[in-house]
Amino acid sequence: MPAPTAGHTLDEVLNLAASHFKVPREKLMPDDDFFKTLGIDSLQALDLLTRLEHHFSIELPDYELQGVSDFRTLANRIQARL
Amino acid sequence: MNEFKGQTVSWQIVNGAIELALHRDPCNEIGSLTLAELEKFAAALPGLTSEAHALIVHSTLKAGFSAGADLRELFQRGQEMEKGAALRGVREFLERIHSVMNALDAAPLTTIAAVHGVTFGGGFELALVCDIIIADRMARFCFPELRLGLIPGFGGIPRLKRDLGNAVVRDLLLTGRSFNVMKAQQIGLVSQIAAEGEALRVARATASQVGKFDRRTAAAAKEFVKPIPHEELKREIDIFCELYSRPAVEEGLRKFVENESVQPYLP
Repeated sequence: MPAPTAGHTLDEVLNLAASHFKVPREKLMPDDDFFKTLGIDSLQALDLLTRLEHHFSIELPDYELQGVSDFRTLANRIQARL
Repeated sequence: MNEFKGQTVSWQIVNGAIELALHRDPCNEIGSLTLAELEKFAAALPGLTSEAHALIVHSTLKAGFSAGADLRELFQRGQEMEKGAALRGVREFLERIHSVMNALDAAPLTTIAAVHGVTFGGGFELALVCDIIIADRMARFCFPELRLGLIPGFGGIPRLKRDLGNAVVRDLLLTGRSFNVMKAQQIGLVSQIAAEGEALRVARATASQVGKFDRRTAAAAKEFVKPIPHEELKREIDIFCELYSRPAVEEGLRKFVENESVQPYLP
């Protein structure tokens, strides 16, 4: 099965974040700072990382996310592991 | 003392299993108070052991099992004391926590860590002394110490080496990265994965199962397959203390303590 496209991966990241943190999906934009938009702290960010790893069946070392705070870059990091 | 309710840990016997609960906010950071109460538990353990067949270690806090050593306390003490006294204090702390960890490691009953969420550093090391690790699906493990210029100091490296292949140990230690339960099970660290919020229930079921077996046989089997690496543990304390004295560690601890960003401090 071919890997999903970058756009599809971004959609899935936004859907998962909206659903888990109970934020309306339409309020999340690809370039939003997810710490601010979701109102999460570093522990919740780790929780999000774990959920994304499970969802995509990948390992995403946290050092690859250093300085990453927007959904689009996060989705790109995930895409590179698919 | 069959039951104890402390400020950071509590224990009781439930259906033949000792349940040691960690409950120091925000995420069971292990500092001097937790150490003192864990020492109390280690002292009570021989008496508890005569009335139980298993020990379950778990956390009642949502954030996780334990974020590890109390780095704020470590930094603060380093600031308040002259260097020689601070180093002696660190060594004494490590020797005391090793004594607790070794007592748990060698306990003649089956020990189970039921972990969830953050299981980092000293918290990970506490889980590693247990015979079986049962992990919630959302558990996350990490040895972040190299990020601060240190190595794990509560027995982590020798116990990780005891359980895992050296290549995996190097990856986890030298990158300081955190990893999830799937990875933990794949490398042989976690033996059972529980659904979210179910690790303690699964641990209780496992404790009930091990209670069916002859105690002396179980203790003999454990002693045979799980030797305590005493020499390496002593060496770990020496290396930790050698590294602790360097300015880079003080700087790493300061950055960690003073970091106010919502993003985790990940050097």
